[in-house]
Amino acid sequence: MFPARFDYVAARTVEEAIAAKATGDETRFLAGGQSLIPMMKTRLAVPAKLVDINRIPDLDGLERVDGHLRVGALVRHAQIVQSDLAFGAIASAAPWISDPLVRNLGTMCGSVAHCDPEGDWNSVLLATGADVVARGPNGERVISITEFVVDLFTNALADDEMVTEVRIPMPSGRAGGSYQKLERKVGDYATVAVAAHLELDADGAISKAGVALTAVAPVNRKVNAAEEVLVGSQPGDAVFAEAAEVAAHAAEPRDDVRGTSDWKRNVVRVFTRRALAAAAAQAQGS
Amino acid sequence: MQITVSVNGSEHTHDVEPRLLLVDFIRTRAALTGTHIGCDTTSCGACTVLLDGTPVKSCTVLAVQADGRAVMTVEGLDSHAGGPAIKAAFKEHHGLQCGFCTPAMMLVAAALLEEHPDPSDDDVRWAISGNICRCTGYMNIVTAIRAAAAVPAAS
Repeated sequence: MFPARFDYVAARTVEEAIAAKATGDETRFLAGGQSLIPMMKTRLAVPAKLVDINRIPDLDGLERVDGHLRVGALVRHAQIVQSDLAFGAIASAAPWISDPLVRNLGTMCGSVAHCDPEGDWNSVLLATGADVVARGPNGERVISITEFVVDLFTNALADDEMVTEVRIPMPSGRAGGSYQKLERKVGDYATVAVAAHLELDADGAISKAGVALTAVAPVNRKVNAAEEVLVGSQPGDAVFAEAAEVAAHAAEPRDDVRGTSDWKRNVVRVFTRRALAAAAAQAQGS
Repeated sequence: MQITVSVNGSEHTHDVEPRLLLVDFIRTRAALTGTHIGCDTTSCGACTVLLDGTPVKSCTVLAVQADGRAVMTVEGLDSHAGGPAIKAAFKEHHGLQCGFCTPAMMLVAAALLEEHPDPSDDDVRWAISGNICRCTGYMNIVTAIRAAAAVPAAS
């Protein structure tokens, strides 16, 4: 298999990439290519032009800046797996992204922009309250992940904007996170996955909570109602069970080859509980 | 467009369409057929090559992305520090049955041993988890890679 014909531009700077993107319809950025190239081979994507950003210097920074974990547009999943800076749900999810070979090329920012509801990172970013930084001809803008994820394969970027980094807030106090994923085999999409993030106040009560679901709705779903149940409570089995029940109700799973909707909803219930318990244990030990 | 890719140390310059996949460049332009096309859907890992030393699925990389970069295929494995030991260990421990996944498995092993000279079973299983053996001969593949690790690398 090979993709349909397209024009190819290897950009050397972000400005060059944005300019190249703006000049044609159906132009796509090529970062890791681990979703885009398979989609082009099956003609699910037929871009007229690809703007390769892999040769742009300084986009592969993974660093702590001003209380955020800054993940540049060319940071590969494997870099995050190996990084000491990854924390909570980020560190928990990274080794579960696809398989080792895909992780060597695929990028967090590419996955985030792709907005596939079966993708893992957007749930993690929704749970941790991250921002997406986009650059266009008129400069930079910071988009909250809740606004960035619009719909199935649809993000909030304008045609001439490029994701240059993701910023994940690094909690200053006691915090923990977890990503619980069920997959049939390494490299398969999630059957169900749940991201959880908890922060505790001085009394040990939950001061901030994030819960988001993968592969059980048309988009990665942040469960605000579950977060409201958690905030203000002391961490514990009863409140986790209550939040898990809310998450299970918020899921809209579909019957497919991976399982029935009823069964997936139950997995959401169990995995939310487990993710919250793991997040709390990590926060209490931190 | 014209690209030059170093394959196992030899430079290959060809005029290619941007849509040519790296695996097809290797098989049809560099005429090295040890790199296999299995699923062609980024699932099986049979097309694994080392791109600047990192294992990647060459069916999911455009040849133009490899312009100016170095590719190692199974045919170049002897020039890799751990290569000869890996090949000998796969033979000794029956680390292959039909052989289709073997070039990829050995390249992943080479990259693993460079980073982890003494991997555990778990390390090896983790490293090869993106590579499918349809004969399900994983036990002997793991044994072979660990045996290769026990051989001092040629310097």
